[in-house]
Amino acid sequence: MFFLKRLLFLIPLLLVISFLAFVLMRLAPGGPFDSERAPASPEIERAIRAKYRLDEPLLTQYGHYLADLSRGDLGLSTKYRNHTVNDIIVSALPVSLTLGGLAFFFALVLGIPWGVVMAVQRGRWGDYFWGLLSLLAACIPALVLGPLLVLSLAVKAGWFPVALWESPLHVVLPTLTLGLLFAGKVARLVRESMTTTLQSEFITAARAKGLSESAILINHALRLALLPVISFSAPMLADLLTGSFVVETIFQIPGLGVFFINSSLNRDYPLLMGLVLLYAAMLLLLNLVADILLAKLDPRVKYE
Amino acid sequence: MTPNQRAQLRFRRNKPATISLFFLAAVILLVVFWPWIAPYSWETISDAQFQPPSWKHWFGTDVHGRDLLTRVFFGARVSLLVGVVGAGVAFVIGVTWGAVSGYVGGRLDGLMMRFVDVLYSLPSIIFVIVLLTTLKDGATKWLTLTVGAKAAAHAPMLLLFAGLGAVSWLTMARIVRGQVLALRHRAFVDASRSLGASHARIIWRHILPNVWGIVIVYLTLTVPSVILYESFLSYLGLGIQPPMASWGSLVAEGAGQLNPIRIYWWLLVFPSVMLVTTLLALNFLGDGLRDAFDPKGQS
Repeated sequence: MFFLKRLLFLIPLLLVISFLAFVLMRLAPGGPFDSERAPASPEIERAIRAKYRLDEPLLTQYGHYLADLSRGDLGLSTKYRNHTVNDIIVSALPVSLTLGGLAFFFALVLGIPWGVVMAVQRGRWGDYFWGLLSLLAACIPALVLGPLLVLSLAVKAGWFPVALWESPLHVVLPTLTLGLLFAGKVARLVRESMTTTLQSEFITAARAKGLSESAILINHALRLALLPVISFSAPMLADLLTGSFVVETIFQIPGLGVFFINSSLNRDYPLLMGLVLLYAAMLLLLNLVADILLAKLDPRVKYE
Repeated sequence: MTPNQRAQLRFRRNKPATISLFFLAAVILLVVFWPWIAPYSWETISDAQFQPPSWKHWFGTDVHGRDLLTRVFFGARVSLLVGVVGAGVAFVIGVTWGAVSGYVGGRLDGLMMRFVDVLYSLPSIIFVIVLLTTLKDGATKWLTLTVGAKAAAHAPMLLLFAGLGAVSWLTMARIVRGQVLALRHRAFVDASRSLGASHARIIWRHILPNVWGIVIVYLTLTVPSVILYESFLSYLGLGIQPPMASWGSLVAEGAGQLNPIRIYWWLLVFPSVMLVTTLLALNFLGDGLRDAFDPKGQS
């Protein structure tokens, strides 16, 4: 019931976001066609403005936008002529989702065992070594790691392609660039929660019961220690999706990021609106899913 | 020994954290006094293009023959300042917002947290990008009228600071709210309340002292994340505009010169190393502070 209410609450929330974004974009000085050559005649300019409904009052424009939106139509891009925003999203979204998903998977698969190893070795040599590495990983932003990887593994060594998004080999460097930072963060998070969990009384009880160390680790401690990772997952996925802007720029990958940056620079309102709404909807849903998972897995979490 | 003295002692025993503190202090001093000690001017263009590192130019020179060492420390000014501004906003707004929301609870809590949710759900980077591009012209005009043309030249940078500040307090508000929510119903708070303590006293004396540790830790972690955001925007060409520089824009310049024929590694490596070492030091500092403030820690 609680979650159904939250799900329904997303609709007014998205409306507020769309309204604020719409007003902010339209009130700003400078239109989408400012940077282009002056049209042949005032009539043509008027016709163009009428086509994109720029000649109507702000609220009427917003009303039309919502009416179109309710039919799933996000309008025409003002920069990429003859392309609807829907077209652009349909072609670019899978690329960004693949990159983000792979990096997310990479971050979890690498980060969780990494954190467990550190927690088990807490205070010993291995903890310091892996801890230093995880901190280093969490401190190297994609905009540093990407060019350095390109310089060393692609330009100098020639093992991987420098850019583009074609074969599985093309996927390796972007995934690494995007995912390593988060792998480091996940590792540190798991280490932290795992150490706290391992110090709690029910672990001592499990040890006293004579359970094997691996059973304690996996069945008892890890289950509890992974809960912070779940709450961290939603903002992490969000960061991965926007973080892919830089990665897509470095490797010239045709994902949403490039369109996002260009649309805001060109004041391509319909495209920018569509992308803002898409990201907002995705992030809100992700947060909701993380909350639901947390409530299902952690009996201590209660929602009124 | 008071808890604070114990924390100081624990902090001083933590070698990586103390070294990081000295490193950061040294970087800040260098950056502040850089205009007087810089060997070259940060914007003077010369014929010595793409000089590799040498005794004359420790970090080499860039595409316009400018000394990279000078530019890296000049760029540090923007990168560090943006971090400090972000942390300041996170501290003032984030802690107040989170504490009020968590302590009052109920409908106000829901309202305040939904507001944070709305800002959170706007992808923060996009929020900042939209702010930067839509408000740039207006802000420049406004600053020309009120302060003067000289200040107006910095309008994009001020907007960048404002935008990054606006998104930096959200996590802090959530964390503080969560902590306060958990503490609100603890026995010692109930005890204090039943003794007739006022809300302000309960918040100041009983709840916030239990929160400061995590606040300080997250502040030291906010600084690197805001620095990261700034470098992210400047890398994409949306933040600091040339000929100004920040670490992000310098890395971008280095990455832009990547080609298989001539490799100008110093353009990429030196700004990257400065950025990463600073982030690393800030994180060591944050970790050290957390361990020092941890009430469960060993003295």
